[in-house]
Amino acid sequence: MKILVAVKRVVDYNVKVRPKSDGTDVDIANAKMSINPFCEIAVEEAVRLKEKGVATEIVAVSMGPKQSQEQIRTAMALGADRGILVESDDALEPLAVAKCLKAIIANESPDLVIMGKQSIDGDNNQTGQMLGALTSMPQGTFASEVEIADGKAKVTREIDGGLQTVELTLPAIVTTDLRLNEPRYASLPNIMKAKKKPLDTTTPADLGVDTAPRVQTLKVEPPAERQAGIKVADVAELVDKLKNEAKVIS
Amino acid sequence: MSILVIAEHDNASLNGATLNVVAAAKAIGGDIEVLVAGSDCAAAGEAAAKVDGVAKVLVADNAAFAHQLAENVSLLVAEIGKNYTHILFPATTNGKNVAPRAAALLDVQAISDIISVESADTFKRPVYAGNVIATVQSSDAVKVLTVRGTAFDPVPAEGGSAAVEALSSADDAGTSSFVGEELAVSDRPDLTAASIVISGGRGMQNGDNFEMLYKVADKLGAAVGASRAAVDAGFVPNDMQVGQTGKIVAPDLYVAVGISGAIQHLAGMKDSKVIVAINKDEEAPIFQVADYGLVADLFDAVPELESSL
Repeated sequence: MKILVAVKRVVDYNVKVRPKSDGTDVDIANAKMSINPFCEIAVEEAVRLKEKGVATEIVAVSMGPKQSQEQIRTAMALGADRGILVESDDALEPLAVAKCLKAIIANESPDLVIMGKQSIDGDNNQTGQMLGALTSMPQGTFASEVEIADGKAKVTREIDGGLQTVELTLPAIVTTDLRLNEPRYASLPNIMKAKKKPLDTTTPADLGVDTAPRVQTLKVEPPAERQAGIKVADVAELVDKLKNEAKVIS
Repeated sequence: MSILVIAEHDNASLNGATLNVVAAAKAIGGDIEVLVAGSDCAAAGEAAAKVDGVAKVLVADNAAFAHQLAENVSLLVAEIGKNYTHILFPATTNGKNVAPRAAALLDVQAISDIISVESADTFKRPVYAGNVIATVQSSDAVKVLTVRGTAFDPVPAEGGSAAVEALSSADDAGTSSFVGEELAVSDRPDLTAASIVISGGRGMQNGDNFEMLYKVADKLGAAVGASRAAVDAGFVPNDMQVGQTGKIVAPDLYVAVGISGAIQHLAGMKDSKVIVAINKDEEAPIFQVADYGLVADLFDAVPELESSL
């Protein structure tokens, strides 16, 4: 079984991103970049399936600038066998990314696609579902458990009310939630080995995908800032403030 | 303008999130129709017809829609959606599961989690865990949006008398099936709808200690939430997580107990009207957003709080 894993280069989750002062875009010029945390969970899940003997090959794909090679190498250091970069300096919307992935899938014919449920920059939570629509594959989004057997994927999903389990006919798409697994750290020998693994590069144009944006960002601004309030001395003062000043309890 | 609102429901009743989405639809302006896709869902359809401001309710009652599997519902939405200028989903796990799939079938770039309507094609939405608010404009003929409920006050559930029309669609992609679900059972209010929320973090140390929060919650009529750290550590189930990738809440009062205040947690609760933080670390970032901060050991403060209510 072949698994395709999509990974995205994003601003590291520890960086507090701010808008540029002219409000045209976010200021991330010198920000530390990393693999999107949900994508890392996706890679880990694929590697575990390979270690269990369920999967035989893992292909890591990324869409983005040339530097996204770093995130593909990270995925290969964790255990992906080879990589494909769809190189583009444009900001690609989820629909365009899904179209690129569809074209890759037409060449690679994976049995399972695993990707993060959302990237922590755009917070869209769309690409997996869109890829499902474009390829007619079923989707197990927000997964906290994945079992593969008899040509099916049984996926437990984190939903608002608790957990839901669905059964999907392969090939299928899984998007990862936080509790699916805890990604390993890449070992130094594996980081060295990853540098020698094959990494092909293509472009959206080569794949026949039009990436012209449909949604234009007119402005970015900081959210309304909350002012820090006061410290209360004890529980009695807290209850008094909540009752008589904020009037939120009675 | 003709707007299709996709109802959130459990076949028997309408979920309150639908009322916030209708409010967003009103802010756009135009005829508002509601789609109830389910199985044996006539009751939910009737409830939708009573919602203030709804002109028509479409009920697609078929076994294929019983658990609102995205593969099937997205086919239905794409089939009827071409007739509308806007298709609005709640930004619930269900809405987020279906909306992008329907949008892609319509060749539309969806817009997630809108928090304001600037005009019929321009919306505001948070990005980067809410550290940045983007104003975005769609050039697609049909706008597919998910709506963050906390940003729109719900319309009244009663007062309307919309016509109900049955749809005969039975779209079944045949690629997915429902196996089962484990839903949290609680007498406390729903986390996203509660006017008071009390949440625990890593400082709670284990799941048993959440009992202290449940006692306070029951005195206040509050819901109980948790930080990602508490859920990851297995103290409490995932449906209690408040944050960037969990639930977004904006109650009148939010009490954060033993929560340090990571960016990802703040993204889920910083629009609360009044925030209280109880933490023994006075440097904890949660105090920077708290209206009332109490530097104290939660194991002393929470029982004292309970007994003084």
